[in-house]
Amino acid sequence: MSAFDYVEIRVPAKPQYVSVIRLTVSGLATRLGFLYDEIEDMKIAVSEAVTYVVQHAYNSVDEGEIVIGCALYANKIEIMVADYGDGFNFEEIKSKIGPYREDDNISSLREGGLGLYLMETLMDEVKVNNEGGVTVFMTKHVAREQVKKNVHKIPIT
Amino acid sequence: MNVNVQFREEENILYGMIEGEIDTFTAPALREELEAITIKEKATVELDLSKVTFMDSTGLGVIIAFYKKVLRENANLKLVHLSARLTRLFEITGLSELMDIESTKKVEPANECI
Repeated sequence: MSAFDYVEIRVPAKPQYVSVIRLTVSGLATRLGFLYDEIEDMKIAVSEAVTYVVQHAYNSVDEGEIVIGCALYANKIEIMVADYGDGFNFEEIKSKIGPYREDDNISSLREGGLGLYLMETLMDEVKVNNEGGVTVFMTKHVAREQVKKNVHKIPIT
Repeated sequence: MNVNVQFREEENILYGMIEGEIDTFTAPALREELEAITIKEKATVELDLSKVTFMDSTGLGVIIAFYKKVLRENANLKLVHLSARLTRLFEITGLSELMDIESTKKVEPANECI
C-alpha cells in the first residue's frame, strides 16, 4: 500500500488556469485537515508556483501544458509544479531535485518579484529546479499540535 | 474569475473599490484600468480592498505600480478595509511598512470563496 494518495492535474500553460489549480489544491488540502489560514497560505504559494512555471516554461509558445502533482500524506501535502508535457514520475523527479541554491538559475524568479519569497514564507519547504525544464516542489505539514499550543490563535467558526 | 475596479470622487477624495481575485490572469486588465485613472496633484486616493478575495505577488505588483503612480502626482494613497488575509500578505512582504494601510476589524467569511 502506498504511503500517500497521488493526484495529478494537467492543464494548458495559460494564466486562466492558475485559479483552477489554486482551488483544486485548496480542496485537496481541506481533505487533509489543514486549517483555513494554512489553506489560504497554500493557495498563494500554489498561485506563485504555477504562475512561475506558466511564465517561464513556454516563452511566447502558447501550446504547452503544465503538470501539477499532489502527494497527500496523513500529515502533509507535497506539491510539484512542472512543465513536463508527458506527465512525470513523482518520486523519481522528487529525488532529483536538490536544495534550493542562490545561483544564476534562480535570478529570474527573484526579479519576478516576491514570488519565491512568498512560497518560502508560506510553505514549510520549497525547492526549485530549472535544469531541463522548470520544476517547483513544495511541502506543507498539517500543524495540529501547534494549534493547541497557540492559545492566542483566533478560532474561525 | 474576474476583477473589477470602480472610482468615484467626493470632496477632493478619490475613492476606489477593487472587487475580485488578483492573480496573473486578472492583473493585466486591472493594471491597465489603474494606469488610466487621472490622479490630481496632491489628491487623496483611498483604495478599498475589502472585496478582494485573493491576491498573490502579481496583485501586489499591481498595487505597487499604482502606489508609485500616485506618488508621482504628490498625492496620497491609502489602502483601506483589508481583510486579515490581505493584511498578512502586506505584512510578510514588508509593504505595510511602506504604505498607508488600514485593516478591517470585522471578519467577513462570506467574502471568501473556496
